[in-house]
Amino acid sequence: MTETVVQTDTRQSETKARIAELKYALYLMRQNPLVLTGLVLVIFFVVLAAVATLVVSPDEAFKLEFGQSYCWSSSIFSWTQLEATCPPGTNFILGTDGFGRDLFNMIILSIPLDLEIAFVIVAIATVFGVALGAVAAWVGGKFDEAILRITDIFFAFPGLVLALVFAALFGRTIQTLTIAVLLVWWPTYVRLTRGQVLVEKERTYVEALKSIGVNPARIVLFHIIPNSIYPIVVQMTLDIGGVILTFSALMFLGFSPSPALPELGNLASDGIGHVFTAPWLIVFPGLTILIIALAFNLVGDGLRDILDPRLRR
Amino acid sequence: MVSQDREPILETKDLTVHFKTYRGEVKALEKVELALHKHEVLALVGESGCGKSVTALTILGLLPQNAFVLEGGIFFKGEDLLKISSEHMREIRAEEIAAIFQDPVTFLNPVLTIGVQLREAFLVQKHVWSEVSHYKGKPSGEEIKDFLMKRDTPETKSQHERMSGREKEKIAQDLSEKILHLVRLADTKRILTQYPHELSGGMRQRCMIAMALARRPSIIVADEITTALDVTVQAQILTLLTELRDAIDASTILITHDLSVAAETADRIAVMYAGNVAEVATTKELFRNPLHPYTQLLMRCIPDVRKPVVRLESIRGSVPDLIDPPSGCRFHPRCPFAMEICREKKPDLKDVGNEHLVHCHLY
Amino acid sequence: MTEEILVVDNLRKWFPIKAGLLQKTVGYVKAVDGVSLKIRRGETYGLVGESGSGKTTLGKSILRLIEPTGGTVLYDGIDVTKAKKREVKKLRRRMQIIFQDPYASLDPRQTVGSTLSEAMRTHGLVSSKSEAITHARELLLRVGLNEEHLFRFPHEFSGGQRQRIAVARALAVDPDFIVLDEPTSFLDVSVQAQVLDLLKDLQKELNLTYMFISHNLSVVQYMSNRVGVMYLGSIMEDAERDMIYKAPEHPYSDFLMAAIPIPDPEFKKVRKLLSGDVPSPVNIPPGCRFNPRCPYATEKCQVGDVPFYTGSGSHHNVACHYVVDFEGGTQTLRPAIPIQTAEARIRS
Repeated sequence: MTETVVQTDTRQSETKARIAELKYALYLMRQNPLVLTGLVLVIFFVVLAAVATLVVSPDEAFKLEFGQSYCWSSSIFSWTQLEATCPPGTNFILGTDGFGRDLFNMIILSIPLDLEIAFVIVAIATVFGVALGAVAAWVGGKFDEAILRITDIFFAFPGLVLALVFAALFGRTIQTLTIAVLLVWWPTYVRLTRGQVLVEKERTYVEALKSIGVNPARIVLFHIIPNSIYPIVVQMTLDIGGVILTFSALMFLGFSPSPALPELGNLASDGIGHVFTAPWLIVFPGLTILIIALAFNLVGDGLRDILDPRLRR
Repeated sequence: MVSQDREPILETKDLTVHFKTYRGEVKALEKVELALHKHEVLALVGESGCGKSVTALTILGLLPQNAFVLEGGIFFKGEDLLKISSEHMREIRAEEIAAIFQDPVTFLNPVLTIGVQLREAFLVQKHVWSEVSHYKGKPSGEEIKDFLMKRDTPETKSQHERMSGREKEKIAQDLSEKILHLVRLADTKRILTQYPHELSGGMRQRCMIAMALARRPSIIVADEITTALDVTVQAQILTLLTELRDAIDASTILITHDLSVAAETADRIAVMYAGNVAEVATTKELFRNPLHPYTQLLMRCIPDVRKPVVRLESIRGSVPDLIDPPSGCRFHPRCPFAMEICREKKPDLKDVGNEHLVHCHLY
Repeated sequence: MTEEILVVDNLRKWFPIKAGLLQKTVGYVKAVDGVSLKIRRGETYGLVGESGSGKTTLGKSILRLIEPTGGTVLYDGIDVTKAKKREVKKLRRRMQIIFQDPYASLDPRQTVGSTLSEAMRTHGLVSSKSEAITHARELLLRVGLNEEHLFRFPHEFSGGQRQRIAVARALAVDPDFIVLDEPTSFLDVSVQAQVLDLLKDLQKELNLTYMFISHNLSVVQYMSNRVGVMYLGSIMEDAERDMIYKAPEHPYSDFLMAAIPIPDPEFKKVRKLLSGDVPSPVNIPPGCRFNPRCPYATEKCQVGDVPFYTGSGSHHNVACHYVVDFEGGTQTLRPAIPIQTAEARIRS
């Protein structure tokens, strides 16, 4: 009988504690309007990515109407000097691209693709990089040295070049391009994690855990990594923007699997040759990339402040 | 003990300081009244959160951004330090009120040698050192003390103005070496060339004391200077302070959590609790006749090597949260003698004679 | 069951100093350099010393949190220094440690309840979550905290409370022996009194044996039955508490006792100041480690090892060639009779 009473009491204490945590998080949010903006934007984009195919039919990507190439006709605003003619009665808010597709729709379609690729790359890089970095730092010795040298090699190559070489060697599908960008990204996480773990493993609480007899694997997995994660989380959010930029750059440089692929960089690359006659083709996709990267950056900053119990005062 | 003038050299009146934090406003000091007399060592004793360090920082004008003074004044040489410009305050810190802190590791610049930092302490003074050319070779203890006691005359001020930068540097260099003798450091030439991390804790602390003395201050604020030191080194430093106190013309505010340290070194002790001054008396009087319940309990918590006990008394409860401090007398929730009035009204300062002041409704 | 729960014999911990491109060993920091002592069941052995004395390293080496370089540690007959991993884990349950810094010894991301139950689960002491919670509650109550603290994070507690949590964690595995490494140095005086009294109560209740390491001599006196004075990695004197405090026989012990600040302004202390600073354990002076600073040192003190001589108390070891009269104006130096046999090194 008393056991159940104990359970409800302790559950109450537990919820009280959780609510206090949440309150603090909200307080911090209120304190920092930029973070809030970032968060709102991120949520917006994620939701948009989720519903994109409902808003715009994916078939749009394949509706190639060359008669409407590079034309602009918006009822909201116009590029007076550079008006390219569109068939009368059409309404393209952001103009059309070289295939005559509505740019606005294309941008919306490309968001889920870009975000998905970015998340996949960052997720794999993080999991792999963190695991390797943590083990290297904990074990030390020759293994650590070896890992360091390997990451050094990867760092020695400028990222984009490495990705280009890989893409050139292995062809241009979305998969190979994803792997290309991944190769550029993972060493950062190894280094970052290694640095954090090296510091954390000297801390007194780790010594205390050892003195209790806790298994080293458990110490690393459940104690050290969670305590090292803050700079990693920040890095992850910054990287989402970075990955999209790199991926788009690859597309921009002509490595896309198909010219009609709805991807922000790809859309922009279409407009290189038409900078003065159809500038919207570079401007709007570029702006979208910028806003997405910015949103994630802002959130990353705020996340660090919220997550670290030690920074509280 | 050395005689003191009646007239206080530094006085705080009604000093109230709050801090803005994310959890609320911390009422760190509440109407703190202290008086420091000429040539005395006043100890501020208390546990964490009592406000002793905040008091020191307020006097020095070194409070952080989120602190603000609600009311009160700090009167030094006829001026209210809280109302002067920060430029003026900086001058005062350079020449009149010197500080020594607990952890020389963080307060000494790790990338500059001791010599450079000591020279800086000399050179920062606007007016300088009279008859410095007298001191050739290793000055005697008397000569150094004499130097430290000197105050500038219009003559020496003009002398200083006429000196070139080079000359000043050379003199500062010379004095740096000599002042290290005063704090009982050997091998002074070598120490001047060393970096702080190359010295031991005790030596670093002596260097900090030397830097404070170099400015020939009227007041030295020493914040927990022996807390981080070993007990034998602490004994050395405290002895040094006592010797210096007798020799130089400065008053000292000694901040410590250790009543025994205060007992050995201070002339008067002010016991602080949760942002208030609980009791102030001469050292002898305080130990013979502690009046405030907190002081009495505090004395009973401390193990005394001469009389070992089977069980230490402790003070029930814990130090209050200063964001929402107890009403009336802040000690009342833990006080064995608490009465109704203690919860309602903050006690006034009572002078019970014998230079003994208490903030307590019992008196 | 033997009377002695812990026997340390000639324990050494030398940290190699590496320098140069090839990281060659150029010297050693001899943090613990030949320590022998015995601790009886249920007693508190106080280990005092200043910085560089090696007392913390000794405490951790006994627990094998630091791997000793040489010597042996016998815990209840088991050789800790040579035990295999599985044995060591079992020993971890019986030998615990409380660290000095309450602000660093708890995982900041783990709630108190989680910390306690993890300790219990590591040694298989509980089999369900509710059992863990119940037991954790009991532990908290026992150390003077309450149930709602189970779900809070360390940063929400004061220093004194955090030390109580550390004590609760140590008790969670049901140990016999606890090394207390400066447990109250970072705490306020009034809180210190509470924590020390708690430790004393628990010792009586649970028949615990403590090794209390501290540089605060007044506190050590309050807590200990026997005291060992360490200097530069070695024990200078080892005796019953009252002997060390009232009539120390080693010059270093005498200086230490004289340096203790007394909370009484009218007490006329004999001014005995030790000159210089504690030297580094990298360059240990030859002969008696203390000889460069010892006012009674002679040529004999500068060469050769100093064995443990028998002092005048019961089970009293003094590592000094002379019997010194500290009182009065004159110090008479009389050579004592050295006992050179090997057994005498751990005589107690």
